[in-house]
Amino acid sequence: MAVCVAVIAKENYPLYIRSVPTENELKFHYMVHTSLDVVDEKISAMGKALVDQRELYLGLLYPTEDYKVYGYVTNSKVKFVMVVDSSNTALRDNEIRSMFRKLHNSYTDVMCNPFYTPGDRIQSRAFDGMVTSMMIQVC
Amino acid sequence: MRTRGGGRLLGREGRRMADAALFEFLHTEMVAELWAQDPDPGPGGQKMSLSVLEGMGFRVGQALGERLPRETLAFREELDVLKFLCKDVWAAVFQKQMDSLRTNHQGTYVLQDHSFPLLIRMASGLQYLEEAPKFLAFTCGLLRGTLSTLGIKSLVTASVAALPACKFQVVIQRS
Repeated sequence: MAVCVAVIAKENYPLYIRSVPTENELKFHYMVHTSLDVVDEKISAMGKALVDQRELYLGLLYPTEDYKVYGYVTNSKVKFVMVVDSSNTALRDNEIRSMFRKLHNSYTDVMCNPFYTPGDRIQSRAFDGMVTSMMIQVC
Repeated sequence: MRTRGGGRLLGREGRRMADAALFEFLHTEMVAELWAQDPDPGPGGQKMSLSVLEGMGFRVGQALGERLPRETLAFREELDVLKFLCKDVWAAVFQKQMDSLRTNHQGTYVLQDHSFPLLIRMASGLQYLEEAPKFLAFTCGLLRGTLSTLGIKSLVTASVAALPACKFQVVIQRS
């Protein structure tokens, strides 16, 4: 279960950012912002290493004492960043991958919506619903 | 009941055939509609219709550029993206691959299709040569849109020497 989910455009501005409302949201925004540097580093590092082909899922970007930050880049250089609670150790890599896959599918659906202009903030209710299902249930 | 059974018999191939036909008809109507409003548009009017068509193709291309490469791993270089255009995008939209891709390695690519599906019903040879550009505007926009989502700014033009063969020229705009 994620604590914060963000979709960043290729020009590095947020298209969608949502966090669990209990905590100081600014802290999560800041974490997502700093994670962008790590994402860029991973993309350029993999490119130079002449690896067969870079995978879309970037894995754990960096851990902090309370949280872990995961990243995923699409072929259109749109980045998905997910912050999860460190105490929730039951979350396996596979589950994170499947969450990113769901995010990617929903983002593709948003892109295909003719009423959506690429580059705008995402305001789709379907997308909101999908993200809600991924975030921690806070009573 | 009977139609549902028929659909199951045709299976995926049947549905794909319907997609192609539907797209062809829709495209023909789009061109006809944009020209019908002003049967003799004059130089300025004609350009606007062409750019409207191209704009539509651009938006569709942007969405395609997001949906089609979903399972592919990241593209390593420009040529990979162009190859993806020639193979996967063309196959998805026109059920065939591009016949040839040439480049001067300095940002210009020429994509050649010997029998372009949107022109093939019209003529085989030089008849209707002046009408052909209208039917290529949407596809030029499609290419430009897909390239734009994949991070490449470009300018796409099309030329026809003899129907149904046509060439798309992609010039990469480097800032």
